[in-house]
Amino acid sequence: MASMLTRIYRLLLVLLLLFLGVLLERAGMLEYLADPYESAYVLTLARQHVVMVAVAMLLATTLGLGVGIVFTRAGMKRYAGIVMYIVGLGQTIPSLAVLAIIMSFMGIGFRPAVFALFIYSVLPIARNTLAGINAVPNWLLDAAKGMGMNNRQILWHVEIPNAMKVILTGFRVSLVICIGTAALAFLIGAGGLGEQIFMGIDLMRTDKLLAGAIPTILLALLADYLCEFLSLVLISKGLRLEQA
Amino acid sequence: MQVWEYITDNASKCIELTLEHILIVGIACGLAILIGVPIGIAITRNKSLADKVLNTANIFMTTPSIALFGIMIPIFATFGHGLGKVPAITALVLYSQLPIIRNTYVAIKNVPPELVDAGRGLGMTSWQRLREVEIPLAVPVIIAGLRTAAVMSIGIAAIAAYIGAGGLGVLIQQGIGRSYEPMIITGALLVSILAIFVDGFMTGLEYLVTPKGTKVGRRMRHG
Repeated sequence: MASMLTRIYRLLLVLLLLFLGVLLERAGMLEYLADPYESAYVLTLARQHVVMVAVAMLLATTLGLGVGIVFTRAGMKRYAGIVMYIVGLGQTIPSLAVLAIIMSFMGIGFRPAVFALFIYSVLPIARNTLAGINAVPNWLLDAAKGMGMNNRQILWHVEIPNAMKVILTGFRVSLVICIGTAALAFLIGAGGLGEQIFMGIDLMRTDKLLAGAIPTILLALLADYLCEFLSLVLISKGLRLEQA
Repeated sequence: MQVWEYITDNASKCIELTLEHILIVGIACGLAILIGVPIGIAITRNKSLADKVLNTANIFMTTPSIALFGIMIPIFATFGHGLGKVPAITALVLYSQLPIIRNTYVAIKNVPPELVDAGRGLGMTSWQRLREVEIPLAVPVIIAGLRTAAVMSIGIAAIAAYIGAGGLGVLIQQGIGRSYEPMIITGALLVSILAIFVDGFMTGLEYLVTPKGTKVGRRMRHG
């Protein structure tokens, strides 16, 4: 029964891939991308997309980690609940709404788009850093104190390594959402691969549309795998053994 | 203030679009439960299958929404539904699968084995155990998954305005097109309020459907 289900699942996957391949060929996306002018343009848009995401994520990671660390220190701990609440509330706000509101304050272009992406990406990172550091067991902290570590050493050698897995999950969620939202940044005039998608929809040109949609999806999946790779590098060996 | 003026001047349009938005998300979430919960229960019997199903759902979750819409348009165009509510609702159902399947799976897996054994000892069949023991204990966690799915769907449905699905995204779309600020802000505000409201409502529902016995247990464990 179980093995049959697995086999059906595999068959479905293969069929889906075949179907998608046929679709791409029929829709003329491959031909579209083979055009040297168009392919160069798609590459330019992809670069814009990546730059936008990279700048926003760099800022967001810095601020998110900072907020997470500051609000788990002894003096600030009592505000952690409020911060969590605000962050949770912020995350329920749809991405398009955030972009639209930022646009009405800052106008159109690259800068407002990066700012909107940044604001939206901070939330999962800050939340997971807070939650991860808070979840470090007390006996570990006591042991560190007993060994004579000072607060800074406890933070760098005990709290952050133990919270790393949760922090990285937050980073991954944030990165994937950021790539998806950056596709909407075209609407406020920042370019990116979203341009191909929206223009394709407006012109009813499937080839153009797919030439934007497929690279965006690949970019998101690539980012997802990159985070998996990062977790191999950043999570210390002892903690990994525990999970396995 | 201009925003308030816009809302009062276009009250009927705003209400209509809000209802349309709720309708789209409602249908999508309803379908998503009908598909996701049985899958979530089915995969608790087989670990490797569970991993595969969850990975597939994760791929859909990773796919940016507008890109997924983009792929659906040519597929649905082959039977005449390229734009509009059909591809939008399909995409929402796909997105909702991960939170719903994952929460159902985790919830049923986490039912304490001694309770299941007790059910077996009472002479319950496996169907009865599922219905009387496992599902009641799992429902709050499943509702939590549904909450995530619903809030996310409201956000994605706003983007679906660009593929002609209607809903509150229309205000944002047309507002950006006309550079008419009050319209943009009205759309953004209404969508955000809807999302926050649904989030609060589902949190309440989560509390309501928690069986009384487990609520007591929870309180004791925490206090």
